[in-house]
Amino acid sequence: MNIWVFSQEANGAPTTATLELLTKARSLGDVTAFVGGDASAIAGSLGEHGAARVYATGDLGGKLPGVAVAAAMKAVIDGGDTPDLIMFPQTTEGRDVMSRLSVKLDRTVLTNNVDIVSDGGSVSVTTPIFGGNTLVTTSFSGPGPFLAAFRPKSFTAESAGGAAAAVTAAPVPELGALGGAQVTAVHVEATSGPKLDEAAIVVSGGRGLGEAPKYEMVETLAKLLKGAPGASRAIVDAGWVPYSYQVGQTGKVVKPGVYIAVGISGATQHMVGMKGSKNIIAINKDKEAPIFGIADLGIVGDVHKVLPKLIEALQSRG
Amino acid sequence: MNVIVCVKQIPDPATPGALGSDNTLKRDGKLILDESDSYGVEMALQLVDAAGGGEVSLVSMAPNGEVSGLRTALAMGAAKGTLISDPALQGSDALTTAKVLAAAIQKMGGADLVIAATESSDGYTGTVPEQLAEVLGLPSVTFAKKVTIADGTLNADRQTEEGYDEVTCPLPAVISVTAGVVEPRYPSFKGIMAAKSKPIDTVTAADLGVTPVGWAGAGQSIVNVAQAEARAAGEIIEDDGEGYAKIVAFLENLKVI
Repeated sequence: MNIWVFSQEANGAPTTATLELLTKARSLGDVTAFVGGDASAIAGSLGEHGAARVYATGDLGGKLPGVAVAAAMKAVIDGGDTPDLIMFPQTTEGRDVMSRLSVKLDRTVLTNNVDIVSDGGSVSVTTPIFGGNTLVTTSFSGPGPFLAAFRPKSFTAESAGGAAAAVTAAPVPELGALGGAQVTAVHVEATSGPKLDEAAIVVSGGRGLGEAPKYEMVETLAKLLKGAPGASRAIVDAGWVPYSYQVGQTGKVVKPGVYIAVGISGATQHMVGMKGSKNIIAINKDKEAPIFGIADLGIVGDVHKVLPKLIEALQSRG
Repeated sequence: MNVIVCVKQIPDPATPGALGSDNTLKRDGKLILDESDSYGVEMALQLVDAAGGGEVSLVSMAPNGEVSGLRTALAMGAAKGTLISDPALQGSDALTTAKVLAAAIQKMGGADLVIAATESSDGYTGTVPEQLAEVLGLPSVTFAKKVTIADGTLNADRQTEEGYDEVTCPLPAVISVTAGVVEPRYPSFKGIMAAKSKPIDTVTAADLGVTPVGWAGAGQSIVNVAQAEARAAGEIIEDDGEGYAKIVAFLENLKVI
């Protein structure tokens, strides 16, 4: 099977989600990494994780990746190199590229997957629904390329020790009216401490905190535990914290050793993003809150009473 | 300025979801406006207001001639709607949905701006807005969290994994907006009464010239549905003032403190 992986870069290295997909892809077939941008700095790492070849568009010049990378992929396919399967990280850009490409190729897309199986000519993927209670397995039918997006942390990234992959240019063709959107400035929201999706401990706050200033307790607790602070969608929508803090279906997927949910009821959309945590502690005043259904330790109580005492106890340990 | 908002009518998220015998999400009960789409409706109303003229129209695809979610959005202030309702569309994939919506938008005469949510709250495939843009041959800005329009150009703050980008885009265009982009208004009593008589044009896939549709048009088939492994039940205790000590002991036991 000829497999492409839409490969993303951050701070001069392939993203973890990219390496996870390359690792999985190499167990299914021959792997080509497709990079929206310049690949010279990351070709080594891509090769190490299983990419035998790399296509790179070169600098996108401020074009959004969705329209530009999809057009570049289509041009390579029109040139005669047709993959059987293209795997995308379930990220902002991954979703955009696969959406644009699906129309160009007239192929269906399957998103939010956590697993993939290839059996003979048939490829099927698995998606959790209803907050992860139910797993649906879907097969692609009809001709390829099959387009599938996978949630981060669905697979474990491992180096195969491969050599750096050879890079072939896959330039973006003239986009015409489709390419009208232009990035004029990039803003990175500064965070301190470990990254939310890589931290060993995550402390997330929700609506149960009552008001925005109380989120400070979540940050204090996270800092004491050398963890990262996170948030439910409700308080991100309410503007208490930036989107980059959000854990859940529409935010980040986290699988820390310990997840502490503070004042979070456990909407399905939140649970999807943290259910894979090794240990879950929940503090919530509503004993019927769904979060207690997946908690290893649940404290039914007022977060404004429990949290200050917990913080004080941890501080006194030095 | 004329804006078309894609609105999805979904089963009430407050009631547990269920799959039908064909493994698609059951949508036979009453459907409501997806809350994610209320942000797009509000954004559209504000942009038209700021432009000093034009109107907001709605487009929705739903079974059984469902209009209750459309009426909610009309009550917020949209002027009219188009509903695509057709048994042949049952089982349609996201690509077919995008083609159907695009055909309906063209039948409505197009718009300066098409707005959708980043993803629905029930199926959350999350590809329709960008697919729609491609079918319509338009530029797009996805994940917009702030939008203004000046001199025929859209300026948006586009949410990214690490922060946000400032993006400009000429109109006409398609955008997807995040929840929280604006505060959706509550329909007033007057708005609810007025919505009852606002026009909703109901069409079928055939009226739009879109084929194939439904299961026949989907390049996918569900082969298995299984229960995920349940987590073992944990210890749930009422806080008696010493609940924090339980947490400390739990963390100690894991050797993380």
